[in-house]
Amino acid sequence: MISIRDLHKYFGALHVLKGIDLDVQKGEVLSVIGASGSGKSTLLYCINGLEAIQDGAVTVDGTDVHAKGTDINKLRQKLGMVFQQWNSFPHLTALENVALAPRIVKGKSKAEAREIAAKQLQHVGLGEKLDVYPGALSGGQQQRLAIARALAMEPEYMLFDEATSALDPELVGEVLDTMRLLADEGMTMICVTHEMGFARDVSDRVAFFHQGVMEEIGPPAQIFGDARSEHTRKFLANVR
Amino acid sequence: MFDYNFHWRPVMKSLPDLLEAASLTLQVAVLAMVLGIVFGLCLALARLHLRGTVYWFATAWVELARNTPALFQLFFFGFGLGAFGLHLSPYLIVLAGLTFNCAGYLAENFRGGFKAVPETQIRASRSLGMTPWQAYSRVVIPQVFRIVYHPITNQMVWAVLMSSLGMLVGFRELSGETQFFASRTFRIFEYFAVTAVIYYAIVKVILLSSRLMAARLFRY
Repeated sequence: MISIRDLHKYFGALHVLKGIDLDVQKGEVLSVIGASGSGKSTLLYCINGLEAIQDGAVTVDGTDVHAKGTDINKLRQKLGMVFQQWNSFPHLTALENVALAPRIVKGKSKAEAREIAAKQLQHVGLGEKLDVYPGALSGGQQQRLAIARALAMEPEYMLFDEATSALDPELVGEVLDTMRLLADEGMTMICVTHEMGFARDVSDRVAFFHQGVMEEIGPPAQIFGDARSEHTRKFLANVR
Repeated sequence: MFDYNFHWRPVMKSLPDLLEAASLTLQVAVLAMVLGIVFGLCLALARLHLRGTVYWFATAWVELARNTPALFQLFFFGFGLGAFGLHLSPYLIVLAGLTFNCAGYLAENFRGGFKAVPETQIRASRSLGMTPWQAYSRVVIPQVFRIVYHPITNQMVWAVLMSSLGMLVGFRELSGETQFFASRTFRIFEYFAVTAVIYYAIVKVILLSSRLMAARLFRY
């Protein structure tokens, strides 16, 4: 379980997250929606410790992410992350991209790591592209590569940071399909997204962020059909 | 009006000596480059990530290496240190001078290389559980290496050619050796013409092997 208590995050004087309380259960798919700058992406970075926090706590399966004694590199193996700008490693083939972390972080043998990598690439539909460099892949393929790379660490949670926002419209579908596949397989997912269709159809709960505050959280039917907050209704009206 | 008689025979007779001196040239240039890459990398990292004394030391090094004549830098390690009673051998003077100079230039190449790799590559690596060192050595540095590869080749050529300054501090590398024979036989043109061809050949070999290596190393 990921559990967030009274989380405060500042960038200098800017108060980006203003006391977030949130629990995400194993197996749950949570979509986080809201305008740009509302703090949703920052929330993800605070969960896997890529951003420091100023107050409150984030715990993953009981381990305090931001405590001094925490082995953050070990903890991050549980938390796969997919970025808006997919961030594939340009100097490595698709297979090497995925095999690198299992090999050097988990200490798998070269053969083992390559086997895991091939399996994960197959999983996201890139079985034909093992020896291709990212530069020769489309944005959608690179994003699926990034998903395979995260999955190869056998994470228990997946964090998606606007995984489809930087893609050409015709490539969004293949990435969302891959995310749906993961959700169907029971992966615990936190998806910061602007894809309202995905949020409505796939998530168990949807959280709406507004200016650093989690205004509202609930099942998709409630958020999309019967939002309590004025801000949520306004946002959704504008998005549609 | 043009009544110079070419005499190539003395040059041909001392060709073995010239070639041996050429190997010394190559040796000191390669060594200076290896050391220059190590120091240059340290200087670049110091200038990117450190503050205070180390930062200023690195900056001063780079500034002096790039903005003063290479010859003066050699003279510093020769006559400069000599004035304080520290007498280096001609070989060490050239090695130190070239290393100092190359490190300064390479530091700026590396700095540019590091800046060209997006910060997000490190974030992605760290999100997979890599340590900062793993992210640097497996993800960032290989990309930096490609960016600085051709500038490094350039610097290698420069190091070979610049080592000819060694003749001015009494080092018998290719130019020093040529000067030695030329002044003994007065066949100055012939000697320096042949030596120019040797320099040309060395540089050509460096450039060709660099290109071959690049084709093997960089598939993306």
